[in-house]
Amino acid sequence: MDVRSQVAMLFHLDKCIGCHTCSIACKNIWTDRKGAEYMWWNNVETKPGTGFPTKWEDQNIYKGGWKKSDDQKLSLRGSGKYKGLLNIFHNPYMPSLEDYYEPWTYKYLDLIESPKGNDQPTARPVSLITGKPIDIKSGPNWDDDLSGTPEFARRDPNLEHLSPSEKEAMFQLEKMAMFYLPRICNHCLNPACVASCPSGAIYKRGEDGVVLINQQVCRAWRMCVTACPYKKSYYNWSTGKSEKCILCYPRLEAGLAPACMHSCVGRIRYLGVLLYDADRIQEAASAPEDELIDRQLELILDPFDENVIQKAKDNGIADSTIQAAQTSPVYKFVKEWGLGLPLHAEYRTLPMLFYIPSLLPVMATLSDADNSAQSGKLDPIAKFWNKNTLYDTSTNSLWGTIEQSRFPLKYLANMFGAGNESKIKEVLKKQLAVRVHRRNVTVGDINSEFSQKALSDVGLTSKMADDIFYLTSLAKFDDRFNIPPAHREQAIEMLENTGDAKGSSGFGFKESPTRGL
Amino acid sequence: MDLLNNFFFIALPYIAIIVFVIGTVYRYRSLKFGYSSLSSQFLETRKLFWGSLLFHWGIVIIFFGHLIAFLIPQSILLWNQQPLRLFILEISAFTFGIMAFIGLINLLYRRLSSARIRVVTNYMDIILEILLLIQIFLGLWVAYGYRWGSSWFAIVISPYLKSLFTFTPKVDAVFMLPLVVQLHIITGFLIILIVPFTRLVHFLVFPLSYLWRPYQKVIWNRDRKKIRNAKEAWTVHRPENN
Ligand code: HEM
Repeated sequence: MDVRSQVAMLFHLDKCIGCHTCSIACKNIWTDRKGAEYMWWNNVETKPGTGFPTKWEDQNIYKGGWKKSDDQKLSLRGSGKYKGLLNIFHNPYMPSLEDYYEPWTYKYLDLIESPKGNDQPTARPVSLITGKPIDIKSGPNWDDDLSGTPEFARRDPNLEHLSPSEKEAMFQLEKMAMFYLPRICNHCLNPACVASCPSGAIYKRGEDGVVLINQQVCRAWRMCVTACPYKKSYYNWSTGKSEKCILCYPRLEAGLAPACMHSCVGRIRYLGVLLYDADRIQEAASAPEDELIDRQLELILDPFDENVIQKAKDNGIADSTIQAAQTSPVYKFVKEWGLGLPLHAEYRTLPMLFYIPSLLPVMATLSDADNSAQSGKLDPIAKFWNKNTLYDTSTNSLWGTIEQSRFPLKYLANMFGAGNESKIKEVLKKQLAVRVHRRNVTVGDINSEFSQKALSDVGLTSKMADDIFYLTSLAKFDDRFNIPPAHREQAIEMLENTGDAKGSSGFGFKESPTRGL
Repeated sequence: MDLLNNFFFIALPYIAIIVFVIGTVYRYRSLKFGYSSLSSQFLETRKLFWGSLLFHWGIVIIFFGHLIAFLIPQSILLWNQQPLRLFILEISAFTFGIMAFIGLINLLYRRLSSARIRVVTNYMDIILEILLLIQIFLGLWVAYGYRWGSSWFAIVISPYLKSLFTFTPKVDAVFMLPLVVQLHIITGFLIILIVPFTRLVHFLVFPLSYLWRPYQKVIWNRDRKKIRNAKEAWTVHRPENN
């Protein structure tokens, strides 16, 4: 057992309001530079939708992630030792600017300085690359809130394997639903970007598992852009180096939450330490598809287990990190309560960002109005779609609402369950059970027997349900983010004499970070 | 005339090699951020396909051909003993030369015609690509006009180059060569001279070690085995797995 620690993340999708504050916080700090204008280390997508870059989930196009060959061995789909080096002169699977968008600004000065005339002056869009006027064809969040449109929603790669009627049902005007999917780098345990980098510039930090690109070693062989199935490694066209989310490690080391998480308006984001067994990574990553998620979760160790603690200490993991692992909100959601699922586990990178799939659009069904006493107590707006139809969020047919959801479970399963619907059903049932329980506690119109049954059906106790409710709805800043600061007193062991870097700028560049000859 | 010849075939090579060695080492060690192949595929990928693939496969093979002819000339002479094998060698080398030539024209055209690529083009890119174009053109001319290069290279050029490296420059044979061949040699050294100031440094860091390194890479900032041992005296060393 090789115990290591990972700063892991959990995003609660039911709480995401799609405000993009996270994206802006990130952009303002890290990617408002030349060459990085088009990058969104953090972005929020509307699902169903095509995402950013367009159709990134379609690995037939981009060849990202790992695939299992016939001899059960893992290999990179579109890069790796042989494919990568053979394609080094021209990478056929690399997304180009058209797959993202051409960054632009407006010539605002024209509004003021145009000569007097009959027409109102306009600010023309100009490319941030060439400086020339452009016709804007797409931009950041181009498919924002456009769920249901043929152009975007219906081209969502996750619709694969859905029957035509299921698809049609998703896009009927009255039943249309959508949710938001915020994405950052997953800081995977089996990162494809690291494995694909010919020059070895990308690495995972041992201490906290953050995946970084050494800007001084990157040689623009650009294989990571292909290899990352989440398309979270971006090529900076100006400096000639690839860049990616750094999980705001300068903030992490100081015990602060990353900018995207700190600024999250819906408070959907949680960050905490997980201890995991590095010896079993390969085994978990090459598990059969239907076991992938379980095997990944098995890697995560119980931070209260004496043996685990001892092994962690042997490996140089600080006490404060172990303590943080014991109070980690991510551990609770993912392991104790079994609510968090990785996005696209089938890419086999073992992502360390977990999602709680949305319940809302799944839970509500449309049915003929009934006039039971219970629906009389509901808020009329929430209840009635029109006079004869009930917008049903009630709970009498407990799990039935999940089965006849507005979103086919298959769709969510393609994203969060590696195609396995039972995984999604389990998580949604748990969420629903917590609601039933809380409704029993607060409104009291559900009898306790019923709510107890709902809980025990999914293996929760009322204490657990209350804890889930607390961490979901009431949690304070420090409950959501449990970050052990880096141990500066150990910095002396890093043995980089601070004097060595004296006089160099912030991040240690002695030369300015600009394009070479 | 001798002065000029001495300059071009003795002084220039030494200057070129010294600048090349010092320049590339300095750049590799001290100007790391600027060390990159500066790929422009992100901005334009279709034309690059025809340019880069043709050019690189052509030039890399030609490059190794020259290298082998320089290092082990006997091998080429042995191979060329049968005319058929000579023809095969010459024709395939010529084909790769043509590939490189066409590829480079594509690349240069792409650099100059695409607005996006112009933004990431600096003057050294243009100088380099024009020099390379001239060089490949001269090379093709030599191959076509002064047959059979693969044989006389081993007899004339290899000894000359070796004499340079043993600091006993023997240049008489080179003085006698036709002008086109002399120009090809001079441009070659010019290109070596400017390598440290161009993107050409990228071929020195061809990531061969990727083939034998493990796929995953973890770096510890601190020595994880050492930290907890409070009894040990503090020693100044860098963690090994760094
Ligand atoms: C085997 C070693 C080599 C590798 C791996 C390599 C790789 C690359 C790569 C990745 C690019 C960037 C292409 C892009 O824009 O995406 C490039 C560009 C270039 N390489 Fe190489 N190269 C090698 C050898 C050479 C050699 C021997 C030469 C010339 C003597 C050369 C000359 C160039 C030039 C001129 C460009 C710029 C092309 C342009 O965009 O106009 N390379 N190389």
